[in-house]
Parts: sequence; C-alpha cells; structure tokens
Amino acid sequence: MAEYKGVMAYCEVTDGKLGAIGTELLGGGRKLADDLGEELTAVLVGSGVGGLAQEAIAFGAEKVYVVDDPLLKDYQTDSYVVVMEKVVKQVMPRVLMLGQTTIGRDLVPRLAFRLNTAASLDCLELSIDPDSKALLQTKPVYGGNAYAVFTTEYYPQIVTVRVKAMSPLERDDSRKGEIINIEAGLDPSAIRTKVLDKVVEEVEGIKLEDAPVVVSGGRGIGSGDGFKQLEELAKLLKGAVGASRPPCDNAWVPAGLQVGLTGKIVSPELYIAVALSGSSQHMSGCSGSKNIVAINKDPEANIVKQARFAVIGDWKKILPAFTEKVKELLAG
Amino acid sequence: MGAMNMIVCVKQVIDPEAPPASFKIDPATGKVVPPPGVSPVIDPYGEYAVEAALRVKDAQGGKITAISLGVKQLRDVVKKPLSMGADELVLLEDEAYDEGDSWSTAYALAMAIKKIGEYDIIFCGREASDWNAGQVGSGIAEILGLPSVTLAKTIDITDAKAKVERITADGYEVVEVLLPALITVSNELGEPRYPTIKGIMAAKKKDPIIWTPADLGVEPDQIGEAGRRAKMLKLFQPVHEGKVEIIEGESPEESAANLALKLRGAKIL
Repeated sequence: MAEYKGVMAYCEVTDGKLGAIGTELLGGGRKLADDLGEELTAVLVGSGVGGLAQEAIAFGAEKVYVVDDPLLKDYQTDSYVVVMEKVVKQVMPRVLMLGQTTIGRDLVPRLAFRLNTAASLDCLELSIDPDSKALLQTKPVYGGNAYAVFTTEYYPQIVTVRVKAMSPLERDDSRKGEIINIEAGLDPSAIRTKVLDKVVEEVEGIKLEDAPVVVSGGRGIGSGDGFKQLEELAKLLKGAVGASRPPCDNAWVPAGLQVGLTGKIVSPELYIAVALSGSSQHMSGCSGSKNIVAINKDPEANIVKQARFAVIGDWKKILPAFTEKVKELLAG
Repeated sequence: MGAMNMIVCVKQVIDPEAPPASFKIDPATGKVVPPPGVSPVIDPYGEYAVEAALRVKDAQGGKITAISLGVKQLRDVVKKPLSMGADELVLLEDEAYDEGDSWSTAYALAMAIKKIGEYDIIFCGREASDWNAGQVGSGIAEILGLPSVTLAKTIDITDAKAKVERITADGYEVVEVLLPALITVSNELGEPRYPTIKGIMAAKKKDPIIWTPADLGVEPDQIGEAGRRAKMLKLFQPVHEGKVEIIEGESPEESAANLALKLRGAKIL
C-alpha cells in the first residue's frame, strides 16, 4: 500500500491575494517537513488562483498543487470537500494543515470523516514524535482551561492551526518549485448549497485583530449605552472596542466585537478589561495580550488573577477618571 | 409552509461558567474533576441549537426531538430542551457510548437519527464547551450523506430550502441549502429562551426514550472509547506565571488616576 508522505499546507486566497495564514502554515510546516525528512507542498483551490502559486513557492512550498475552476469561486462545503478529497488521494500527504478560519472549520471535519481519518481543530502547536513519527497536535479544550495533545494512527493527519500561531518563512522569490495543476472535475448538480450574498460588516476605525490597544467590556457594563465610555477611551488610545459574550448575546454591541475562543483572538500591547469576569472561553481570546489591565468590582474575578495591573471597584467611577487622566497624560 | 420535523443534538457538560479557579485535572486519572457543588448543564452551543429549532417551530410549527449522548446524565439537566419547548428526548446512555471522540460520537448519533427516521433539519451546536472539537455536527452530516451549513446565526425556511446567515471573518454570508440538511449553530443566534413553568412541568412528566447500542444496531467497537480514531496523549493545565499588581487610592477616582500613571511609568501608555 502506498505510503502517506509529506506536509501539505492549504493556502487560502482572499480577494485575489495569498492570505497570511497560508504563509504561516508553510512556515510551521517547514519545521515539520524537516523533522520528517519529507517534502513541503502547498495547495491552492479557487477560481483564478493559479497566478499565486509562485508566491507560495517564495514562502517555502517545494510543490504547489493548483485546482482552478469557476465553480470554485466561492467556498462551498460540497465542492471544496470533493476537490480536497481528490487532491489528498493523488498526493497522499502525511500531514494536511489548514487555517482555523471560516473555511478550515467547515472543510476539515467533513473531509476527515470522508477520508476516514481523524482531525484536530484550533491547534496551537504541532510537532513530530521522534519515535512514532506521528504528528502531535496540541489544542485548547474546556474553553481554554486546559490543553490536550492528540494524535492519530489514521492518515492523512489533518489539522487546523490557529491564525498567527505559526510564523512565515522569509519571502524568497529566488526559491524554485514545481506547479502541478489538478482538474476539479466537479459535477455542479452535486453542490447542494448556493451562496446568495456576502455581507461585510464594516467596523468603524481599526480592526480588532490589528489594534494595538483593545478596551473590552463584559456583562457588568449593563447596556449598549455603557459601551460608549469604552468607545471614548479606545478612540483616545487609537484602539478598538471588544466585548465578552454576554454583551454580544444581549445585543448591546455587534457580535463582531466578541473576543474569545469562538470570537476574535487578539494580542494587543494593552488589553483593558472593564467589568468583565474573564471566563476561560474569553481568556482564550485575549491571553496573548502583552499587558492585561482589569477594572472590576470583584477581587476574586479570574481576569484580575490573569492581569498585570488591576483596580478593584465600580467601573462607572473608575473608567471616567481613568480616561480623564489618560487624556491629560497624552496631551502633556 | 409545512411543519418541520427537527432533531437537535445536545449533551451534558461541566458548567463552562464555573470559575476557572475551580477547574482541576485529577493527576491520578488524567481526567477533569467536576467542581464540587456546581451542577452540570446542557452545553451552551447545544442550547443555541435548541433555540434555533424552537424559532423554526414558532414560525411554522413542527416537532423537535432532542438527542443526548452520555453517561450519568442528570434528568433535570438533559430535560432542559423539553422544558424550553422540545417535544421528545432520546438518551443514548450506556458505558459503551462513553469516552468517544468526534468520530465515534458522531457515528452513534447518526445511527440514532437513522432510527428516528423522519427529519427535515438536524441542528447541532458549532462545538461543545468541553472538548471544543467542532466536528460532530459536520461528521453526522457526512455519515448521513446530508448537506451541511456551519456557524449559523439565522435560519429561514421556505419551500424545502433553508436560507442561513453564516458567520464569516468579516461579517456573514447568506447560504441556501436544500432540505433535509444539518445546520450547526453559533451564539450569534442570540440568547436562548428560558424554560417556562409550563415547560418545566411538562418536562417533569415526560419520560426520555433510552436507546442502547443494541437498539441502534451498532457494534460496541464502533462507538465510544472503542471506536475512537484520535488518541489523547496528555491533558494539562497551562501554568499562569505572574502576579497581579492591585493599584489603590483614597477613592475610586484616585485609583483610576494612579493606574494611568502606573501604565505611563511602565511605558505601556
């Protein structure tokens, strides 16, 4: 029976560009491929994506498999699973890595079940066991209260990797690689969904994931109105506003502001958590922050334990005074 | 528009809202110790799935069957879908179902759904708050050969099709899927309804249907721990280094000002 060999990175194409996640997977994948003594490849799936193969090579892919078809213009489960099944059966990678993205989260479970293998989602760390050569897959569980290391004896070993968990290699346009086209060969009638519309919810100002400062509010803010004070502070600090799940569930703020394991993952220089208890599900989203500051009436709140600095008391009294002082210091 | 026959998969978990300080792993067994005095709950994402089904039932009528797989399931806890408004509860309760992974769990649930037979929509949570695997819903769809749409925040049914608003990185997309289909639900759906007194009373009187592996016609080696495809080598808690510095003052306002000064001094501001 033919062996599964090599590490394959699924490189997403967004708005005609090679997404950063693909370059990160190639960067992390390079180490795995080296430890295995095997090849690092990339796969590009979409419509009009062939032109990006050279860039994938520049970021470390030794071979790039391209599946280019008008039917693949929008991600849809049925078409992409069929295509990836075909790619895997042809290339037989030992390890297949995707990003923990809207596509990865949807494609990987379906693909793993179709291929009769096992997958782990939202991996923070991957390594090769020196004895068994198996892929060791570390991911958060229990909302981030714990980490688990998984492995499988089935192939390919499929994972999604958290965005920014790995680093890309230096781009090197002199790198050489092979580009191999694979026909999609899709039956349009087998695609059981239709994408009717795509809505981008514009966020005013800086994107949460890119903000150097995030001012986040929790259940204790109590209303959408309360968040206005956080907006003021965020603006002052040239940052963005975030929230834990309750304010989003209660529609005090748009759902897109949710920071957490199933929301946005942020790692700003400064994360100011106001009236927010710091559940592990939420901490999973912000624990990468350089500095966490908590304003909370409960000294035993989990966020206080995780913070570098904290003020214990009523946020309604503390936040305005804090904002005033910050204004003063920034002006002076 | 016709009444919808719906199935919702739920499970009992350790309350994810329990304070993180109460989370402990038993070093002897490598398993999580249920925090003393904290009642288990229905996994929150499963609750959102129940809510999604109830909204469809509100709009056009129908029947909701909840299925829960697990051992030592507390009736008070697993009957919550009933008290919210679901009609039937099926329990897959047997040691043989326990300690499964996404594969063996999805397989057991899929076989139970096959046994139920008639359905238009299957709702699952996007992931469960204990293992955060995020695979069982899609896995069930794959086993049953159904189309699936994940991360739903709204679901509208017309003409044997579901129109789903699905969360994307920068907003949402609208996806139409032919029924029958499986839909995984995200918290952006909005707060699930509280059980009503009437619902709780009705749930108390309702006996769950219990199916053993023999009832489903599955071999014990295909389900639970025996059916696993993934192995867990290690479960550990991250160690938090560092101690918080509490900034004080004569008044809340003074503490606030001191905080700003402290951040300035540490070159964070």
